[in-house]
Amino acid sequence: MSRFSELGNALYSGEKSVDFIGRRKIWYAIAALVVALSVILPVARGGFQLGIEFRGGSEFRVAAVAEMGDQLARDTVHAVLPSVEPIISTVGENDLRIQTTKLEDVQAEQIRTSLAKAYGVESNSVSSSFIGPSWGQEITGKAITGLLWFIGLAAVLMALYFRTIKMSAAAVLALIHDLVVTAGIYGALGFEVTPAAVIGFLTILGYSLYDTVVVFDKIRENTFEVEFSETATFAERVNLAINQTLVRSINTSVVAVLPVAAILFIGSVFLGAGTLKDISLALFIGILVGTYSTIFIAAPFYSHLREGEPLYKDSAAKVLAKR
Amino acid sequence: MSDNGLVRNSRKKLTWFFLLIFGLAALIGGAQAAGAPASYVPSLALDLQGGTQIILTPSLGEGKAATQGQLDQAVAIIRQRVDATGVSEAQITTQGEAANAAIVVSIPGKPDEATLKLIKASALLEFRPVLTTTQDTSTAIGGDSTASPSAKPTSAPIATGSAKPTSPSDLNWVTADVQKAYDELSCRTKATSTVADFREAGQVDDPAKPLVTCDREGAFKYILGPVELAGTDISDASSGTRSSSTGASLNEWAVSLSFSDAGGKKFWDVTKRLFPLTDPQNRFAVTIDGYVITAPATNAVISNGAAEITGNFSQTDAKALADQLKYGSLPISFEVQSQENISATLGGSQLANGLLAGGIGLLLVIIYSIFQYRGLAIVTIGSLVVAAILTYLVIAVLSWRQGYRLSLSGVAGLIVAIGITADSFIVYFERVRDELREGRPLTAAVEVGWKRAVRTIIVSDGVSLLAAITLFILTVGNVRGFAFTLGLTTIIDLLVVALFTHPLLQILANTKFFSSGHKWSGFEVRASAGYRGRGEFRVSESVSQAKSKKTSREVNRRQTIAERKAAESGISKKDQ
Repeated sequence: MSRFSELGNALYSGEKSVDFIGRRKIWYAIAALVVALSVILPVARGGFQLGIEFRGGSEFRVAAVAEMGDQLARDTVHAVLPSVEPIISTVGENDLRIQTTKLEDVQAEQIRTSLAKAYGVESNSVSSSFIGPSWGQEITGKAITGLLWFIGLAAVLMALYFRTIKMSAAAVLALIHDLVVTAGIYGALGFEVTPAAVIGFLTILGYSLYDTVVVFDKIRENTFEVEFSETATFAERVNLAINQTLVRSINTSVVAVLPVAAILFIGSVFLGAGTLKDISLALFIGILVGTYSTIFIAAPFYSHLREGEPLYKDSAAKVLAKR
Repeated sequence: MSDNGLVRNSRKKLTWFFLLIFGLAALIGGAQAAGAPASYVPSLALDLQGGTQIILTPSLGEGKAATQGQLDQAVAIIRQRVDATGVSEAQITTQGEAANAAIVVSIPGKPDEATLKLIKASALLEFRPVLTTTQDTSTAIGGDSTASPSAKPTSAPIATGSAKPTSPSDLNWVTADVQKAYDELSCRTKATSTVADFREAGQVDDPAKPLVTCDREGAFKYILGPVELAGTDISDASSGTRSSSTGASLNEWAVSLSFSDAGGKKFWDVTKRLFPLTDPQNRFAVTIDGYVITAPATNAVISNGAAEITGNFSQTDAKALADQLKYGSLPISFEVQSQENISATLGGSQLANGLLAGGIGLLLVIIYSIFQYRGLAIVTIGSLVVAAILTYLVIAVLSWRQGYRLSLSGVAGLIVAIGITADSFIVYFERVRDELREGRPLTAAVEVGWKRAVRTIIVSDGVSLLAAITLFILTVGNVRGFAFTLGLTTIIDLLVVALFTHPLLQILANTKFFSSGHKWSGFEVRASAGYRGRGEFRVSESVSQAKSKKTSREVNRRQTIAERKAAESGISKKDQ
């Protein structure tokens, strides 16, 4: 028998138990610290680096290119501006389109002439212009509206299913924690925010809430009519539920995070799939944070909200008096 | 034996599941054989496959430049039009500034004619009152259209505009010049034309002056008054069948129009003026780029900003007109400057490397699940494989039927879906193990564990589905594509776990290898009847199989308080 399923047995029976609820002040303190850092660090770095898709940028077009590969163009841009990551595609028969973040006129001119030199064409067959954002205010505005509606509807759905609004409150709090922390780590590392990264954040949102609902369903089951119990308090039952679902939480997050981690570490470090790193980083952080917050924030906070209710307080007092 | 009944039932479910997979595969194959553009390979989006880049420049007449506001509005409208054709994640942006401003539309793959038309349809939509109309006899007679000016309209000149017109419907708009232009107009300039083509591409009309024009087909020509409402005054348009006064649905298609608040007021004024007039002056014409698309008569004064256009519409005509009215309201008109192929922004090698890395990740998932679930890993891996096949086929069908295209964000959604799908099995297996720990035999544990797990699976997937539907309805572009993928994988997760994983486990539970709790079965759980944890709240020491089915609902809901207390007092010694 594997030691892990032995652990599962012990956690299920309560033989072994981690006191998640009792140490909640520690978890709250950690969460407050991490959230504060998630806000401070990106600001200290000068805010988020938004990609071309959000801010618009400069566009160069090299006409009638002999060699179509994108490496030469990438190297040329890097030679002038090492920190700029260009988006390169071919247009029409043999034109090359190179998009970068918005450049100063001098820099743009420099890139234009170096591109002409690198591709061995006349400098006037390289054109330079500005492009607007393809992910405009409109998309962002609608995405935010959609998000708010979703969080509102999900809160209502959970309140109806679990028959308490406090579960919705705890789940939404954990969700906000996840979004702030994921965005914070992303910003602190100085990764460029691309549409792919935004999609990553949205995916995390779904995953985080999903994970919370699974654990909350076990809590609902364990705390059913706990007020009549003479052996366990509300908080203990919540703690037991977290412990009983701990093996599930670990297994699920490992299974979810393995493919993402493979893309992030093997893919972008060894194989050079650089453009996948933005989305896989958002997902990697988000899955881990999402699992963490269910156990260390959502569940303790829910218990916190409810154990003070007179019904549970009275029964807990009786149970403790008996011991 | 009830067990055999269960096994038979599970086999039936599995059969249905595989029929579904084969059905989808056969659907694609059959459509392919019948010549439809179906394929076993899903289409890819712009970032993975490249596509077509169309540059549109505003045509505003001499020396005028489009404002950024107008361009942004146009981008939003073009995006709506493209989104309406399916989930294709087009990229629409502005380029250049002031006089050089343009809109760049990039759409994946090779767009079909209809999509191109939709984007290119520069579509400046306007409402003008009809002053007069006749059949265009010049081309209706056919033959040499250069001789057409001799074919005079049958109606006499309606007025000689001399006084200053007092309202847009005033016939004084028809000055001698206008009348001359009208008489000489022939809608189709060439004998071979099947549609009206007398206007120059990008021709700009003065909204304050009358307009001489034709309908799209070139069958009728019109003199129209000045512009009364613009397309931007329309807030929505839809098509549907009309209802009779008794509420019964008539087999008659109509287009419903809603105006914005300001538009509704203007339309009220228009109908107040037009309603008492006689035909054709009681009609108003809707023009797109100067061509009349419809010219209905006013048969009521409409004050609530909601109009209905009826006529002998087919369903397709009604839908097309509604789409034109809804999405046709660009603030300015555009001309196509260029249309070129564009390559993928993600290099092919990068995608291949990403997929290779993802493959390695999947291999790690398999190793982990063998380590964790031993023999049960067959079920996990099998379920993930069939989920992958089903997802792949559904995507292939949708990219054929709905224009769905797989983008990088879509792939990311699918990768995370591995986690969510696997979670359903994990929740289920852990529940079965919990029941085994209760001392139930495997077949009973599978049944009870399933009933408990399915509730969790449904509610958690319900939340995901809610996210998907909300985001799909409310958002545009990439976010919409993501929502679609999320919804799709969530539904597939439910299907797989209910129709594949559970039946398979039911069958396996009846085999000796699993039911004996073999050490490699993944169900070798210490089922000690002796222990009772402090969280334990079930009475049953060993539950008979028949009873175990009943207890599948909330066990303690069925207990009386006295029973529960008895049970708990029996075990309380062991607590603490």
